[in-house]
Amino acid sequence: MSGIIGKKIGMTSLYKADGSAVACTLIEAGPCVVTQVKTVEKEGYSAIQLGYGEKKEKHTTKSLLGHFKKANTTPKKKLVEFREFENTMNLGDTITSELFAEGDFVDAIGTSKGKGFQGVVKRHGFGGVGGQTHGQHNRGRHPGSIGACSFPSRVFKGLRMAGRTGGNRVKVQNLQVLKVYSDKNLIVVSGSIPGAKNSYVILEK
Amino acid sequence: MNELIKFVEAENAARRAELPVFSAGDTINVHVKIREGNKERIQVFQGTVIQRKNSGAGESFTVRKVSNGVGVERIFPLLSPNIDKIEVLRLGKVRRARLFYLRGKQGKAARVKEAKKK
Repeated sequence: MSGIIGKKIGMTSLYKADGSAVACTLIEAGPCVVTQVKTVEKEGYSAIQLGYGEKKEKHTTKSLLGHFKKANTTPKKKLVEFREFENTMNLGDTITSELFAEGDFVDAIGTSKGKGFQGVVKRHGFGGVGGQTHGQHNRGRHPGSIGACSFPSRVFKGLRMAGRTGGNRVKVQNLQVLKVYSDKNLIVVSGSIPGAKNSYVILEK
Repeated sequence: MNELIKFVEAENAARRAELPVFSAGDTINVHVKIREGNKERIQVFQGTVIQRKNSGAGESFTVRKVSNGVGVERIFPLLSPNIDKIEVLRLGKVRRARLFYLRGKQGKAARVKEAKKK
């Protein structure tokens, strides 16, 4: 596996040669710095840790400052670990958007937009309760029955109900890289990716 | 809009410069590329522009014509590579940007006055 950390910029559309328009997302990705190399001998598994985004020194704890100093780099806002990284990397190396080429298929990981407290229709895709007639007037978007009666006398765990929606880590698979502008650290992928503009995105190959 | 989005959409600038300036009310010829198997041919759609919509990469326009007494409207993405070229035949004098009122008119009432050329 290999990957990079980036920031979601926004969406636009591109036209393919056959005339079809493709919705695409722009991601400002990299340059990322290798801030730690984990090995089987020392940590028990192999991985690398990448850092992305500048952070002020006064906003960084002393322990983290030391961590960044080891890699000989400035403090970074976002740190992400990638297991079993394909290319062998050394401490302090940089990874740029050139990691991806046009035509590659990538996975994007982000935090979906928070929706607040939502009912079951939006949260779990329930159909609502029946129609609007037959004496019904105030329960169109209710969940319906949540279980039987005296047996089991309780509601089963994990039953899907209303609650906080969104704000989860979501991975979208198989997005095609349409364009790479390495001088602007910009990657254009097909389709939409989770999260708001300016939120962090992890691209994996 | 974000600078980087502008940068990506700036690639359409050359394509945009090829197209003539037209707005709602104008009568235009749209030369559309049509692919049938491996063959490609050009079909011309002539009609009145009744609206220009959106901006940037998703900009589109709607052309209306009356064919055999039946109103036909086609929506074209402005920057689509399927559009071979656009010819402006007649400039229309209209007082609004969206000419949906033409849908309810027939015959003489559905005409648009010609504007004096600037």
